[in-house]
Amino acid sequence: MKYAYFPGCSANSTGISFTLSADYVGGRIGLELEEIPDWCCCGTSAALVTSADLSLALPARSLALAEQHLPGLDVATPCAGCFASLKGAQHYVRRGTEQRAHVEQLIEMPYAATAEVYSFLEVMAQPEVSEQIASQLTTGLNGLKVASYYGCALVRPADVTQFEDPENPQSMDRLMELAGAEAISWAYKTECCGASHQISEPKGARLLVERIFADAAANGAEAIACACPLCLLNLDLREAEINATRQARGEQPFDIPIYYFTELLGAAMGGSAKQLGIDRHFWPAEALVQRAVSPSPAEPVLDDAGLKPDSADAPAAAPTAAPMAAPMATPEQPAEPAAEAPAAAPAEAAATPATAVAKEVADE
Amino acid sequence: MSRIGVFICHCGSNIAGTVDVARVVEAARSFPNVVVADDNKYTCSDPGQQSIKEAIVEYNLDRIVIASCSPRMHELTFRKMLKDTSINPYMLEIANIREQCSWVHKDIEAGTVKAIDLVKMATAKVDKDTPLFTTTIPINKRALVIGGGIAGMQAALDIADAGYPVTIVEAEPSLGGKMVMLDKTFPTMDCSACICTPKMADVGSHPNITVKTLSEVEQVSGYVGNFEVTIREKAKYVDYATCTGCGLCETKCPTKVASEFDQGLGQRKAIYKPFAQAVPSKPTIDAAHCRKLTSDKCGVCEKLCPTKAINFADEDKLTTETYGAIVVAIGYKLIDWGALYGEYGGGRYSDVISGLQFERLVNASGPTEGHITRPSDGTEPKTVAIIKCVGSRDPEKGRSYCSRACCMYGAKHAHQYLDKVPDGRCYVFYMDVRTPGKGYDEFYMNTQHDGAVYLRGRVSKIFEQGGKLICKGEDTLIGKQVEVAADMVVLETAMVPADAADRLGSMLGVTRDKDLWLSEAHPKLRPVETNSGGIYLAGTCQGPKDIPDSVAQASAAAMKVAILFSKDELESNAMIAGSDASLCNGCGACVNICPYSAITLEEVTRRENSRMVTRQVSRVNPGLCQGCGACTVACKPGAMDLKGFSDEQIMKEVEALCQW
Repeated sequence: MKYAYFPGCSANSTGISFTLSADYVGGRIGLELEEIPDWCCCGTSAALVTSADLSLALPARSLALAEQHLPGLDVATPCAGCFASLKGAQHYVRRGTEQRAHVEQLIEMPYAATAEVYSFLEVMAQPEVSEQIASQLTTGLNGLKVASYYGCALVRPADVTQFEDPENPQSMDRLMELAGAEAISWAYKTECCGASHQISEPKGARLLVERIFADAAANGAEAIACACPLCLLNLDLREAEINATRQARGEQPFDIPIYYFTELLGAAMGGSAKQLGIDRHFWPAEALVQRAVSPSPAEPVLDDAGLKPDSADAPAAAPTAAPMAAPMATPEQPAEPAAEAPAAAPAEAAATPATAVAKEVADE
Repeated sequence: MSRIGVFICHCGSNIAGTVDVARVVEAARSFPNVVVADDNKYTCSDPGQQSIKEAIVEYNLDRIVIASCSPRMHELTFRKMLKDTSINPYMLEIANIREQCSWVHKDIEAGTVKAIDLVKMATAKVDKDTPLFTTTIPINKRALVIGGGIAGMQAALDIADAGYPVTIVEAEPSLGGKMVMLDKTFPTMDCSACICTPKMADVGSHPNITVKTLSEVEQVSGYVGNFEVTIREKAKYVDYATCTGCGLCETKCPTKVASEFDQGLGQRKAIYKPFAQAVPSKPTIDAAHCRKLTSDKCGVCEKLCPTKAINFADEDKLTTETYGAIVVAIGYKLIDWGALYGEYGGGRYSDVISGLQFERLVNASGPTEGHITRPSDGTEPKTVAIIKCVGSRDPEKGRSYCSRACCMYGAKHAHQYLDKVPDGRCYVFYMDVRTPGKGYDEFYMNTQHDGAVYLRGRVSKIFEQGGKLICKGEDTLIGKQVEVAADMVVLETAMVPADAADRLGSMLGVTRDKDLWLSEAHPKLRPVETNSGGIYLAGTCQGPKDIPDSVAQASAAAMKVAILFSKDELESNAMIAGSDASLCNGCGACVNICPYSAITLEEVTRRENSRMVTRQVSRVNPGLCQGCGACTVACKPGAMDLKGFSDEQIMKEVEALCQW
């Protein structure tokens, strides 16, 4: 299970929680990622509007580097936007020798498009990987009602991205069910989050996000899981603002935290909010996941399997008996909730008993 | 020395527009053995034919070349013309300078040079033509009709009324096909069952018609006038000779299954008649669901049957009979929209139904007794969205063609809904409204007056929200996105070829077009014939049609059968393959390649090299051979030759082309 890794520009910035949580889950299931040397930005929609050649050349260059330096490895990327760009270049080159020559001339490198490109969601949804994930679960999510939100970049255009089902995808739902959540059925799983229009066309674009929240809420979702850094940012960052508007209109505000699917998988494996980056969200997300992984009455047990050997917060000597239930970090740790966010942490989550180890984790 | 006449046709401006006919005539005069070359504005016309006949006499011609349209168009016309002359009808070559030359070129110089080449080749070939003669084959005056829908029934009735015996093979337990499932028929709104079931009864009681239901064609061999057909009559587990059709068995059967006839909206028993007016009016047992047949329990129908007609030991019956002609009327099926249209829920929403399901909902003898209610909760929908062209005119997801009937039955559904639910709202999403037909456009206008709101645009997505089905779409006339919150959505789905088309097509040697419909021999001039002699098409198996067109085509097919049966013998094709026994080495390559099973290996004893030798050689059955020529290519020793297309003739054509 080894992939050439294309992190994308958001991996160490806005999407850091995706990186942290994917690293955590990957470490637990033995996923090996080797970063493509000298990879560059995929170009995203900015390249597309600048020039068609540029939007081909940027992703093709990174793929060509992967082919050259990491031969035989398929490419994996966490970001849905990067996925769409890489797939677009790969699809174009695979159309024929003329197209391949065109791209090779642009990037001045050979590129045969032999390697497949997968999103992290596709990587984790493979049956053998899902099996690995299942074997690492400790607490599970105890029926947390999750709306799986795929966004548009993973699924469209269908003939380019070749994602499982462009209209009613199921892979994230299955992973959530696997982690013990209840994957709710809803209608907006592939609707657009507004992408960069949230900045350039805020008035219309906010409405797109609000509709996504509204449909998730109407179908009983407690949380939204997503697989795209921009989707998460747009929902997470705007929830407070949208709630303010709703309240001004006399409508009920939402209280739906947004998670990367890897954060929820990691939590179900016993990872702490800090390890997974859940503490870095704009809309408070720790309390809900804390509650989900702590079935009441909770039976606190030590967990060792969840922590990397080199991790500073690994317990020194813990029993290896399985299965185990490990509570998450306590919610007392400093968080950074958005200013106008309502008090989020439900009382029972705060009251969860915590072990000494868990406290240690939280204190890190 | 042959005496060749060459006649170049202008075809009005069809040929003369791109080909300098005078230059072609001039060139033809210089070709070997050409005695006369001339041109004509319309060679196929009476005066055109007359001038050729006169030239034959005047110049004592013994063979001719006509440079005109495709031989598929007028070769037969000119062969018939030659019957009145001293020349054998097969001493004729057609140079196709229209479809393969003038129509595809714009440049007069290039077109003219190519036309000269084509005429030169035909002249070289005609020089090696030999007179060919047809033989006669007897005609078995019994017809087989495959499919018992409205087209099959109409064809069977017409053939039977003409006095010939007919067998109808129907795959379902009853005659009637799709038409009998419909509620009303556009544009006159007469009840479909009221006009269809009398036809079913007529077929069932006609002295010249044998009905075989729950049956399919297993195997077909032979040729026009002499088809050997094996029919599999599937086990019904009910003896139709003793069953009176009282229906007692059906009332007491404990097993309920989703009804195919009601499109899954109602239920039937495991022993059942699909609907009340079924013909034959007797039940069959569904072996897959019968408790007795699946787990050897129950058997209540057997105990109750007053005539002891139930026979659980019944088996499929195979019969082989000879027919002179076959009418294929296997109809269509509706496209599997669930698999293609995930954006419409892909079948997840039970209130998104197909048009055929709506027909059952609105039908007085349907599962809801004609009350339009939602399948999910039985409530009356107050807002209905009708979406047309689901799978039609959609090359990305469905088929590129128009299914022809949907605009009209879509309007009919809107009209029926508004009639039954007067306070209801009905939205029809459409791409275009196509209503050519007698009284059709008036019907569409009336539906609009009824209050149906027509929105020009497609629906991009349907999803459930608060108990409503939200249809997101576009109104392209106002250039805005629209959303309709509907209680029920009716999808007017595309017609696609029936499942049996694939198997039957290859069994009967009937080709299929790009959309996999069975192909007629000519789209305009031979719309009911196929390229296999004695096999005719009726109804939607040839392409989407409404009921009037299906009935018209069925009667046309019946007429073709009656014409065939009006003779006792049939002239066979003269241009067939023949094997030279002295060259044949008996390898059998021709036997394997022949698509019509026309070639067999035979043992012959013959004198070779001054002694008697007994060995295997191939023999061509002149009745079966269609003259395709595949065997001549497969034959390594060169023993097989196609009359009218001999190896020598083709080599002469190539030589003529290569002379520069």
